[in-house]
Amino acid sequence: MHLTGLVGQEGEMLNMKVMCSENPGYSTLLNYTFLLFIIQQIGLVKVQSVWPLPQTCITSTERYQLKPQTFSFGYRGQLTEQHSCSVLDAAFKRYFSILFPDYPSGNDTLQFTENEVFTLTISLDHHDCEGYPNQDSSERYKLNVFAGRASLNAETVWGALIGLESFSQLVYQDDVGSYYINKTYIEDFPQFKYRGILLDTSRHYLPVPAILKTLDAMAYSKFNVFHWHIVDDPSFPYQSHTFPELSSKGAFHPVTHIYTQSDVRRVISHARMRGIRVLPEFDSPGHTKSWGKGQPVLLTPCYRGGNPSGAFGPVNPTLSSTYQFMAALFKEVATVFPDSYIHLGGDEVDFSCWRSNPYVRAFMQKMGFGLDFSKLEAFYIEKILNITLALRKTSIVWQDVFDYHERRKSLSVVEVWKQGCYLCEVRRVVKAGLRVILASPWYLDQPGPTHNWARYYNVWPLAFKGSEKQKQLVIGGEVCLWGEYVDATNLSPRLWPRASAAAERLWSNEKQTFSVDRAFPRLQEFRCKLLRRGIQVEPLYVGYCKHEYQSV
Amino acid sequence: MSALLELTFVLLALASCRGLQDGGIDEEPELVFQPSKFGSLWPLPQKVQISEVSFKLSPSNFQISDAKESRSGSSCSLLQLAYRRYYDYMFEGVKKVDRSVRADPTELLELQVWITSPDTECDSYPTVSSDESYELSVDQPVAVLKAPKVWGALHGLETFSQLVYEDEYGAKSINYTTISDFPRFAHRGVLLDTSRHFLPIKVILANLETMAMNKFNVFHWHIVDDPSFPYLSKTFPELSRKGAYHPYTHVYTPADVKMVIEFARLRGIRVVSEFDTPGHTQSWGKGQPNLLTPCYSGSKPSGTFGPVNPILNTTYDFMRKFFKEVSSVFPDSYIHLGGDEVDFTCWKSNPDIQKFMEQQGFGKDYSKLESFYIQRLLDIVTTTNKGYIIWQEVFDNGVKLKPDTIIHVWKGNQEKYQLEMANITSAGYQTLLSSPWYLNRIAYGQDWQGHYRADPQDFKGTEEQKKLVIGGEACLWGEYVDATNLTPRLWPRASAVAERLWSAKEVTDISDAYSRLSVHRCRLVERGIPAEPLSPSFCPHEYKGI
Repeated sequence: MHLTGLVGQEGEMLNMKVMCSENPGYSTLLNYTFLLFIIQQIGLVKVQSVWPLPQTCITSTERYQLKPQTFSFGYRGQLTEQHSCSVLDAAFKRYFSILFPDYPSGNDTLQFTENEVFTLTISLDHHDCEGYPNQDSSERYKLNVFAGRASLNAETVWGALIGLESFSQLVYQDDVGSYYINKTYIEDFPQFKYRGILLDTSRHYLPVPAILKTLDAMAYSKFNVFHWHIVDDPSFPYQSHTFPELSSKGAFHPVTHIYTQSDVRRVISHARMRGIRVLPEFDSPGHTKSWGKGQPVLLTPCYRGGNPSGAFGPVNPTLSSTYQFMAALFKEVATVFPDSYIHLGGDEVDFSCWRSNPYVRAFMQKMGFGLDFSKLEAFYIEKILNITLALRKTSIVWQDVFDYHERRKSLSVVEVWKQGCYLCEVRRVVKAGLRVILASPWYLDQPGPTHNWARYYNVWPLAFKGSEKQKQLVIGGEVCLWGEYVDATNLSPRLWPRASAAAERLWSNEKQTFSVDRAFPRLQEFRCKLLRRGIQVEPLYVGYCKHEYQSV
Repeated sequence: MSALLELTFVLLALASCRGLQDGGIDEEPELVFQPSKFGSLWPLPQKVQISEVSFKLSPSNFQISDAKESRSGSSCSLLQLAYRRYYDYMFEGVKKVDRSVRADPTELLELQVWITSPDTECDSYPTVSSDESYELSVDQPVAVLKAPKVWGALHGLETFSQLVYEDEYGAKSINYTTISDFPRFAHRGVLLDTSRHFLPIKVILANLETMAMNKFNVFHWHIVDDPSFPYLSKTFPELSRKGAYHPYTHVYTPADVKMVIEFARLRGIRVVSEFDTPGHTQSWGKGQPNLLTPCYSGSKPSGTFGPVNPILNTTYDFMRKFFKEVSSVFPDSYIHLGGDEVDFTCWKSNPDIQKFMEQQGFGKDYSKLESFYIQRLLDIVTTTNKGYIIWQEVFDNGVKLKPDTIIHVWKGNQEKYQLEMANITSAGYQTLLSSPWYLNRIAYGQDWQGHYRADPQDFKGTEEQKKLVIGGEACLWGEYVDATNLTPRLWPRASAVAERLWSAKEVTDISDAYSRLSVHRCRLVERGIPAEPLSPSFCPHEYKGI
């Protein structure tokens, strides 16, 4: 501790440059890295790494002190104090407390001179602060920390948010609590544009604060899509203004266990402020038991012998009232959720109820489907696709739809979720010229010792035979946290840090992040940073963080 | 016993987009929630009669108080604090208390607590032989809770609070009920490991609170181990100064330990500390030079250390002083001495140890050396007037044990642990079971059912042998557990163990258990405990402590 004064000199003298991914004990390629390793071992220099790893990141031992009293965010270029950006202004507020967790209780009471001011200046190529992030938004940014100041340039505000996150991860505290940042240069962009997390609010209701907290943590790992699997068999918590009965009869509780329009707006706005899109999923024709409670005649009555059994199956695809209802519901959904994508589900349709129903069978005959119920399913999905097309939304479907659908041209994005050779499926989909989101390797609802994070790290979404053009059709991946055994009590530790492993796979360059051993200490360090930010992140293995999680 | 390699991550191929449940991979039958005739009582009392007749409880009129005949009064703060705690739990969220409201004729106005024995044990510590029985009769206008000692009264209060429910209009109600209750086993424990990860005091206290809601009565504090030594010893402060993860932020000070013990006592819970030796002691070596055996590679010390060095007198001097302190800090009459998983390779490599083995005539049998160490340790602990619990290896290795030693079974599958229980009890020793209750092992789905089905007396043996089984413990080892995930990983899975250890042997109906446990878990959630869900479902008041 008493050596801190020395460090600056030492650092300037050596002025060593290393890749941000290098870690003590894992760097033998470069001589100067080895030197750095020695210095780190004697406790003089610390190099912070950024998770997920930036595409290019060079850091040096030269470091600058940051003080909460004299640190500031600044605008440059089109952005000025008068013409500022509300998304960034809000981000400054958030990141200030993240950068200086001890402030104002910290023991920095000294007076500072002008030249100790540290400013992070931000400039944007496109001043587009009012919109929503979308699939084509650029997330590219450049961050340069040098000569006692820092500059962040991004094409869009969404890139700037991501750059801010990287900046915040570079700042560290020494043993006496002073804040530092090393001289660093980062040029960064994501490997995949779609980096999602699915939460399931039907099997268990997740209170809005639990969702918001997850969005916070998503931003820290640079996830950019919240896939909201909002309704399913067990409950229908979405309060529709067109069809209020859906939630008043289909939710676990009509008042306490629903998402009101204002709840949904709050989630969307919280997400937008963090550069996250909200993708709603209204899964049909299967997984719709809860819909039937508030919308009579929507589901297919199942028959036993010659009579209705009282049970209901998937949505009834033979009635025109079904499509009128769906058109009205999706019209509402399309306006409530601003994202240009919508998830239509379409998975796991059980044909036994359809088969039992004489009216459905008669319809099959009339349409010439024979006994092939997948044709009936395709017929249904086709109609729903047309509805969403008319609403100018891009639809995503689970792979089941691709597997049975003959008119694949009407599909656009397919989400691959089944286990087994999932890359075989990815290949089939891209060969058909469709875009793919990969979820199979990232089903995190299974609990597991956290050392299993490597399973979610060692995933290579592009490791299939195909042309460059085909590989570009893999737009990203998604972590799925299904809700059978997950609610607000255990969601966070089950999701993190394992989802962060997936985050690096989706953001970073595979060639720089192939090694679990090299990732491990970085992920451990990142986990401690998340704990400090109040995120309930499970441990990776035996050990400790300076600041442990303090709640229960 | 931590058996980190045994962590069974059940990797099931996902059969369904929604997870496993629809795929029929779960072996457990699908359980359907149907209100139980026993409401949400957990663990189920020995004798319960609940009638249809119900009374209202209003926060303004209802009170818990000492019965006139009670041997305990306002000076017993243990009970007074419990009255307040349970009042708060029962009327949580009820804001206004208007004392002027007239009582309804169908209202229950009072719960009178009547301690019948002249020695209420209010200011004592609970022990393995404490009387935990109680009788509860809920009738108008007053309900009566009768117990010989305060320990039974604490359990009775929990039971009473579990009988209170909200009717369809949200009014608090309770049915006419008679209960007579006592535990099947005297030792019902939860093990937490504060060495592999440091657990902030707050987390320990919250789990003691939850243990009381499940009628657990032993907190087995596996306080130190290889990775860190967070116990701040007054006699040997270097142990935590050098052996803890951090000498100030990651230690348990004497005041912390005292607080844990008192918090536990007020809930009828014993704190049994474990100082595991001679293995699992890497962290001890940092603050206590010469305690551990130097390992050799070839003819030279390799710089690494093995188990406690059993051949030096200084070792036993240290242990004598150390356990003297421990025995005064922890008031419980038992200490857990560990004794598990001793790796002999380091001992084997050390020439001084080899020489000693020869002198003692142990040949190449290092378990004899282990026994030698344990014998001496047991003698030391005996002088402190404490009883001891040891892990099963000590018995397996044939160490001579005092007849009142308790042997803790942790290894093996069902067949093996049942055989072990039979062997231990036929040798006349008391025993505790943990093998089926390693809750750090996790699997997809409702694994609580497996924990629920295990029975500590289920082995081949005489009635006399069965009586030697004094209970069991749910263990939550800390390799992958810290404050971030401990509580949802432990609860409500440990609740399944709690019922097995408290309720009558015949209580095995899994679907009735499912229904009661579902509501019990919602009660835990409502009381602020993040107990994880059993299945797709909801609680009227979801967890809000985010």
